[in-house]
Amino acid sequence: MSILVDKDTKVLVQGFTGAHGTFHSEQAIAYGTKVVGGVTPGRGGDTHLGLPVFDTMEQARAATHADATVIYVPPPGAADAIIEAIAAETPLIICITEGIPVQDMLRVREALDRSTSLLVGPNCPGVITPDACKIGIMPGQIHRRGGVGIVSRSGTLTYEAVAQTSDLGLGQSTCVGIGGDPIKGMDFIDVLERFVADPETDSMIIIGEIGGVSEIEAAQFLRDSRTKKPVVGLVAGITAPPGRRMGHAGAVISGGEETAEAKIEAMRAAGIHIAPSPAEMGRTLLSLLEG
Amino acid sequence: MNIHEYQAKALLKHYGMNVPLGVVVHSPGEARDAAKTLPGSVFVVKAQIHAGGRGAGHFLGESSGGGVRLVKTPEEAKAAAYDMLDRTLVTRQTGPAGRVVRRLYVEAGCAIERELYLSLLIDRVARRITVVASDAGGMSIENVAEKTPERIYKVPIDPALGLSDYQSRDIAVKIGLKGQLIREFAQVMRAAYTAFTTLDAALVEINPLVVTKEGTLLALDAKMGFDDNGLFRHKEIEELRDPNEEDPREREAARFGLSYVGLEGTIGCMVNGAGLAMATMDIIHSEGESPANFLDVGGGASRERVGAAFRILLGDPSVEGVLVNIFGGIMRCDIIAEAVISACREVGLKTPLVVRLAGTKVEEGLKMIEESGLDAIVAEDLGDAARKIVAAVRSRRVA
Repeated sequence: MSILVDKDTKVLVQGFTGAHGTFHSEQAIAYGTKVVGGVTPGRGGDTHLGLPVFDTMEQARAATHADATVIYVPPPGAADAIIEAIAAETPLIICITEGIPVQDMLRVREALDRSTSLLVGPNCPGVITPDACKIGIMPGQIHRRGGVGIVSRSGTLTYEAVAQTSDLGLGQSTCVGIGGDPIKGMDFIDVLERFVADPETDSMIIIGEIGGVSEIEAAQFLRDSRTKKPVVGLVAGITAPPGRRMGHAGAVISGGEETAEAKIEAMRAAGIHIAPSPAEMGRTLLSLLEG
Repeated sequence: MNIHEYQAKALLKHYGMNVPLGVVVHSPGEARDAAKTLPGSVFVVKAQIHAGGRGAGHFLGESSGGGVRLVKTPEEAKAAAYDMLDRTLVTRQTGPAGRVVRRLYVEAGCAIERELYLSLLIDRVARRITVVASDAGGMSIENVAEKTPERIYKVPIDPALGLSDYQSRDIAVKIGLKGQLIREFAQVMRAAYTAFTTLDAALVEINPLVVTKEGTLLALDAKMGFDDNGLFRHKEIEELRDPNEEDPREREAARFGLSYVGLEGTIGCMVNGAGLAMATMDIIHSEGESPANFLDVGGGASRERVGAAFRILLGDPSVEGVLVNIFGGIMRCDIIAEAVISACREVGLKTPLVVRLAGTKVEEGLKMIEESGLDAIVAEDLGDAARKIVAAVRSRRVA
């Protein structure tokens, strides 16, 4: 078991024939992901990377019965691509695109809330279950199969946690990058409730940052869940100056609960072990598992 | 991205908001001529900088007033402009360094009956465009929220339905408007909401929105901010950018698509990914030094972008050492290495350099750094990198 994706997950690619779509689809196929085709409007009927290309998601879903779609469409058309995937009743939608206007995402949320689809992202590295299914832009070779569930708002900081746990021989069950945007799909809680229930996940790492309140909600959720699985937390941006946007559109401090300190405090109160530094996430977890 | 008050008022007027008549000026003579063309016997001369609290602010050096002056004649407008232009205004939002005033807005004055507060923004928890209104206008809304939160009303707008007039009338009644002003407030709201949604705004703030003695509503001050991700479809907003209001390093970085925030410390950082960049700042702090910047070169940065990033870091006089921290996913470490080596040769490396590479093509990248003869210190991991750059910077200070 794992969460969201496994070796049988059939994946479509929106923005399939573009540079990013092509490169990352090749990588995913090489990793063993079951990519079943893709969508590029106007290219329906073509074959790309040996797989069928469709004009619309409706056609692609009908022909392939795919379980998931990954979106590499550039920002002007990305929100529309997500809504198209929702309309085609795609169970899992993973949007990698960075730079989608916030007001487009408000419309996406409306469509999403009225559907049964799950959205991961946008502005995220994607989802990987090591040795089974890689959907997104993460480097596959740093992962190894294991029991640590990792959920993060940051791409490269997820890689950091992956590399640290792999080096210590722990390995990951599933890694989910929920993305750095203020309006997005799945939040920490949505991923954590799956990790708590997943028999293969025996511990978790949660990586947050400044801005928003979702780390605080996540801490409350974990406390209320009474899970026995050890959890390590990290909040990036402790030293960020207030009011400045730090790269991610979501990473702005602008109110009481949103500081890194407030989040760390809430996590500690919920029994989450805070890594003393971003370089110590793996070792902090290992000492918990051995203790 | 932010714009000036006079620009925000022009946009809001276009969408149907009632604003005072005004003229933007760049010299004392222009200020006098502007006042001559405006109606009434009272004028307001307002410093145009991207910061609030202008009225209560002060100029560096000798000056008799703040950044907003009431005058009664065109000659007084000229004198006020002379006292404000090309001088540095310090407000509670500018920090102690202040901002140089390069433009003024000369407006027709009005007689004020009441001051109200109105803003639109995106509430990320409610996931809605949200209207914030209060009968306590003309002061800092943060203070109102702290001292009298019951005087603040928040109304979320359903994105599928958009703003309904009844919602505006509800707010109008709650902030104490009566009679014809209730319908007039709905018109103000329509203008603000249409501007917000049409232009991909992140903020529309009218503080104060005044009821005049004549019994009409007027936007006496206006502030607008925009979603940077939406600018690609609003060239007309991009043209309103005032480079003087932006950090020159941030401006240069933006030209190359880099995400850069200038900070006060001494260690220049080049990192890929916003989260890792923030974590790098944090770990430098925990080692007892401060970063000179936040710099995210992005996921798929090219040689040109990495080169530009490196030149910005090395060109910053406050930088005493540089830390490159790359976890290659899409980004290949060999490309980073090549760009770093060529930028160092081009600019001339005069400070300690610590390079930490991980992920895709890391062996190739490290080999290139080693063989280049570059005076770079290679780090094993994130913790090692922070310790090494801090040690290198400190040993140079002692020497």
